Amino acid sequence: MVRKIVQSLTAVVSNSYITGFLKGTIYQGKLKNVCVPGLNCYSCPGALGSCPIGSLQAVIGSAKYRFSFYVTGLILLFGGFLGRWICGWICPFGLLQELLHKVPGKKIRISGNWKKLSWIRYIMLFVFVIGLPLFVVNIAGYGSPAFCKYVCPAGTIEAALPLILAAPDQFGSLGGLFILKASIAAVVVIASIFIYRPFCTMLCPLGLIYGWMNKISMYQMQVDKDKCIECGKCRVACKLDIEIYKNPTSMECIRCGECKPVCPTNAISSGIKFRTKAEGAASFTEIEGK
Amino acid sequence: MFHRKAASIAVIIIAIAMVVFGIYRTEVSDVFNKAIRICLECIGIGWLPW
Repeated sequence: MVRKIVQSLTAVVSNSYITGFLKGTIYQGKLKNVCVPGLNCYSCPGALGSCPIGSLQAVIGSAKYRFSFYVTGLILLFGGFLGRWICGWICPFGLLQELLHKVPGKKIRISGNWKKLSWIRYIMLFVFVIGLPLFVVNIAGYGSPAFCKYVCPAGTIEAALPLILAAPDQFGSLGGLFILKASIAAVVVIASIFIYRPFCTMLCPLGLIYGWMNKISMYQMQVDKDKCIECGKCRVACKLDIEIYKNPTSMECIRCGECKPVCPTNAISSGIKFRTKAEGAASFTEIEGK
Repeated sequence: MFHRKAASIAVIIIAIAMVVFGIYRTEVSDVFNKAIRICLECIGIGWLPW
């Protein structure tokens, strides 16, 4: 419940430029200099900040620079503190998928070999976000933001739909590209009803980077080895099918914390801690050392 | 645990240095100029390459 409130507040506050929704325009103030931690299209009419993945492609694809210290630094900074807590608690597109997952219907759990689909995110990051903007450039030396252009359903849902609805005349010339993007967005929306966060687990390049940061981020999930009886209830409660007692730093874990209340021995905790509690028998240290 | 703490602090220090260097070489203006204009690619206006 607390998480839903935080997610909703973040989504509303980071997209609170109401004029944009009414007039079919976007915010053009100074806050756009800064990237938000989550995936939030900067062409959403309400967006107050910049999308880190869109910004990364914009700088990489510019004629002036081939690497963005600014955007990469911000992503590392966010990830270094929080890891994928960002995905679980403050990403607006994650919230949207979770709300869609509440629509009644058969729920499919991604487990076993299906988890290998998460490798698609590497293609998204290294081909669409970095490779194509860097190497496929026009005569002036500019590359296209390929992930935004060909894949990102957040852009279609958060930006295209509100802008088209607010100003249909202005955006009348939609063609094949829009059909491609709308199709991907439709697949993600429908899949979200049946699968928990399909975009996050299979497509999101930002989630991939934050997943790497889960290993070293200041915010950590902690499992007290002395208390854990390995009953597996945490895995059952985890919609992403993670065995947190085996790998508290799993790069798939979005730190939603749904495993904590189901633990019969209260062995799971989370937070920004480097020292173990006295009663925790140095469990965090031992698990890290496994 | 010490290694994780050290790695965490090192990444954050490097990240801050990268942000500062990025600001110094005016990358922020590229981010800003992209973000304040409606991204036509993001909303699906444009051509397919095939």
